[in-house]
Amino acid sequence: MKFQYFPGCTLKTKGVRLDACARTAALALGFTLEELPEWQCCGAVYPMARDEIATRLSSVRALMAAREVGEPLVTLCSACHHVIKRVNGDMKHDADIRAKVNNYLKLDPPYAGETEVLHYLEVLRDKIGWENVKAAVKNPLTGVKIGAYYGCLLLRPSREMCFDDPENPSILEDFIRAIGAEPVYYGLRNECCGGYTTIENRQYAHKQAQRIADNAKTAGAECLITACPLCLYNLTQNTDGGLPVRYFTELLAQALGVEEA
Amino acid sequence: MEQNMMDTIARISGVNLRRCMRCGKCTASCPAFDEMEYHPHQFVSMVENGRIDELLASQGIYTCLSCFACVERCPRNVEPAKLIEAVRLAVIRKQGENHLHAEQIPAMLDDELPQQAIVSAFRKYKR
Repeated sequence: MKFQYFPGCTLKTKGVRLDACARTAALALGFTLEELPEWQCCGAVYPMARDEIATRLSSVRALMAAREVGEPLVTLCSACHHVIKRVNGDMKHDADIRAKVNNYLKLDPPYAGETEVLHYLEVLRDKIGWENVKAAVKNPLTGVKIGAYYGCLLLRPSREMCFDDPENPSILEDFIRAIGAEPVYYGLRNECCGGYTTIENRQYAHKQAQRIADNAKTAGAECLITACPLCLYNLTQNTDGGLPVRYFTELLAQALGVEEA
Repeated sequence: MEQNMMDTIARISGVNLRRCMRCGKCTASCPAFDEMEYHPHQFVSMVENGRIDELLASQGIYTCLSCFACVERCPRNVEPAKLIEAVRLAVIRKQGENHLHAEQIPAMLDDELPQQAIVSAFRKYKR
């Protein structure tokens, strides 16, 4: 099984572990992530303004490249996934945006959202299957109590993301079970970490992240997992006495016994 | 002028203000509500009533996290985050109104800060 893959800016720099572990784990599970030969930063936030075309173009270029190969486009970073999935939805459902983007890029044939956009977790759930992930685990993380941190961008708006139940998601808990660990449920697992506001108002971001870390800790979590480099940053750098936070792919690679030294 | 601004904000956001039934679920869901001088539900009625200047001058337009909780939970699909974004854009699209400047960035960096944070902040605060 082969997929086109959009790593995004942070996975080449501060988030290399998210990327590297995902690739080795994929091979162990029997699928390949083929990085798009040329990709541009997705912009990290979805342009909500309906009159913005330029900020949607990098996503459309990636989607077009995947269509040319005829494979789904896989993402890892929550922000990249959010932006590319929603821009793909715009191209599919918003005639005005579709016409303007196609005119600007002179796309032939026109692009109308044909590419399937999948998050890595969706590949595990829908293409590989939890049972098969479980069967491939060599070093189960038995007894480790892990809190799934979803954050915002994978889940909302659910009408567009179609990722999981936005209020009571289960994909990360199923993942945690598949690698042999124990999921810990806590109320703020889908609350915002503070996001980009850490840039100008660290105190504010700290307040958001601390609430989440405290909530997870009280519920009994020993560590948190996330798919988002900015969530990982806020939950580790903007908390006091917080929990260790890992990328979910790090634990996957560890459980599959393919973790790099 | 105000009618013009109201129309612009409605057009950019795609929000139908008249659908709002004032239930306040957006503000109740908002993790940033006490960091904003006007709460999400107030944005809707203030835009509708032409109180645009107050919103344009508010700091709350920079504290919205774009977490989409209000978008997800609005029972009438009004989706205030889109409105807040449109008001912010009405400010920063004006010449000289950038909320963040490239020269400020180096002082904000630390070893762990992901590129994603800088890219996001630029998209939100700067044209």
